[in-house]
Amino acid sequence: MAAALPVRSVTASRARRRHRLRVLAFMSPWLIGFALFFAYPLAATVYFSFYRYNLFQLTPIGLTNYRFLFKDPYAWQAIKNTLWLVVVMVPLRVLFGLGLAQLLSKIKRGGSILRSIFYLPFLIPPVAATVAFVFVVNPGTGPINGLAAKIGIHLPDWFNDPTWTKPGLTLLALWGIGDVMIILLASLLDVPKSLYEAAAIDGANAWQQFRRITLPTISPVLMFSAVTGVIQTLQYFTQAMVAANASQGNADQAGTTTAPGYPDGASLTFPQTLYNEGFQQFNMGYACVLALVLFVVAMFFTLVLLRQFHAFGDDD
Amino acid sequence: MAGTTVATPRIPARRAPAPRGSRGRNRRFLYWVATHAIAIALALMFLAPLIFMFLTAVMSGNETLSGGLWPRSWHWGNFGTALTTDNGVMLHWLLNTLIYAVLATVFMLVSSIPVAYALARFRFRGRKLAFVLVITTMMLPPQVTIVPMYIMWARFHLTGTLWPLIIPMLFGDAFSIFLLRQFLMTIPKEYADAARVDGCGELRTMLRVILPMARPAIAAVALFQFFYAWNDYFGPLIYTKPESWTLAVGLSTFRAAHHVEWNLTMAATLLTVLPVIIVFFLAQRVFIQGVTLTGVKG
Repeated sequence: MAAALPVRSVTASRARRRHRLRVLAFMSPWLIGFALFFAYPLAATVYFSFYRYNLFQLTPIGLTNYRFLFKDPYAWQAIKNTLWLVVVMVPLRVLFGLGLAQLLSKIKRGGSILRSIFYLPFLIPPVAATVAFVFVVNPGTGPINGLAAKIGIHLPDWFNDPTWTKPGLTLLALWGIGDVMIILLASLLDVPKSLYEAAAIDGANAWQQFRRITLPTISPVLMFSAVTGVIQTLQYFTQAMVAANASQGNADQAGTTTAPGYPDGASLTFPQTLYNEGFQQFNMGYACVLALVLFVVAMFFTLVLLRQFHAFGDDD
Repeated sequence: MAGTTVATPRIPARRAPAPRGSRGRNRRFLYWVATHAIAIALALMFLAPLIFMFLTAVMSGNETLSGGLWPRSWHWGNFGTALTTDNGVMLHWLLNTLIYAVLATVFMLVSSIPVAYALARFRFRGRKLAFVLVITTMMLPPQVTIVPMYIMWARFHLTGTLWPLIIPMLFGDAFSIFLLRQFLMTIPKEYADAARVDGCGELRTMLRVILPMARPAIAAVALFQFFYAWNDYFGPLIYTKPESWTLAVGLSTFRAAHHVEWNLTMAATLLTVLPVIIVFFLAQRVFIQGVTLTGVKG
């Protein structure tokens, strides 16, 4: 027995080492990627935030970049706009997605065709969708505003009018509702039929069934859609930028000329100021401060989401 | 699994107790008419921008400015003009987009599948932490790390090319890892165990036994990655210069370059959208199952 023990532990430790190597081999792409394309740049973002850096000259300036954040009118404009989108666009998208999903769940014949039609705009490349949308609702020559004018409705000058720019972008976001709708539809169809049958026997009406059975059952998925919606909205960039350029007819690919966020700063989102500061003005140190603000806020919502995954019972 | 319930045709809820008598039947009929009418009206609204896009694309230049809805004459040549204008710059963008999308997709599959497999199958210390970090990197906005990333690629002299967007795909894509892992978790352990008893190594087990079963999920992540690259605007905007522009960045400049020629802009837009629509209708089920997989449990 005394002789057998070491032999066994040698094979066991060899097996363990092989297992560890195997795990390492399978995980290695991600381990390298995580270090190189996430951990390092995140640390470097903190580092550069204490410097003035324009790709050529690196000057330490302490907290100046942070102090400037409080005085930067563009940053505050952008924070306000992004907040507007989070408060208005996200809830509207969840509600509209739920409405459409509920509607589709009631339709038996032709449901799959309707589902595809509602899902399709989500897949359209955002740049293409935005250019097309700006055109069709353009007040001079756009068919939709033209059509509405014929029946006596005067639609606003969406993307040239500061008050209507963000509602216009919200409309565009509702057109691309597909992702939210599909997830909610799947969860609606997952609610056990027997629950509704039992409730109907007890005399519950449609609203009561929705309120007491549907909502509680799908609430984790609703929550998931809302939180991911917030995180997506924090990075809202393409549509705002393209809408501004397309309606302005700006010859540059980016909002390089004049003030950003046409019209009148109404479409300036937070990632856009980051882009302008870092890649148009080459204030890379200050752009890092903006990136850190984005990181802190996005991280908060990511933690909320992670707790949700926990709620899904993901810890086997 | 939620994904499969979506795809199957719904069974009419015949057993739902209905209010008896003709009044009840009338009410149910009215309800049926109302839901279908609303759904069809909404569907038309969803299609309207695409229809107008198409109708404008085949109009003459002057007609787009007159605000007419239906083209008086059909100018199919606009598509050709959009493709060949400015020395065929659109074809050049298309080529760049394809290079980006195809390489990114292939690289992503090669690197992400083993990681997802390890996260779903192996037990090891730090597995949970790794999964949490995958979700975190998936959720965090790309703008958070963009400044040092740009500086890094500039040091490698790769800015101005598509490589800063393609190379990272060799090192796993968080979203794809997440989605594949969720799917692999649903495959019963017994299959892998049986393969192992038959003397298969872990790599062979993955390639021969598990991956063929995971084909729907692999197809889904490949399609998502391809479309992500096809649609990506922020990445190419940061890294590329006009010679390496993709369709998304090029298209955003098209309207300004062609000023009032909305017909050409719409033709170019439609040409960018068309491949997406075609692939979607060919591979609809893959898409919808994939999306559901991301939203609902593990």
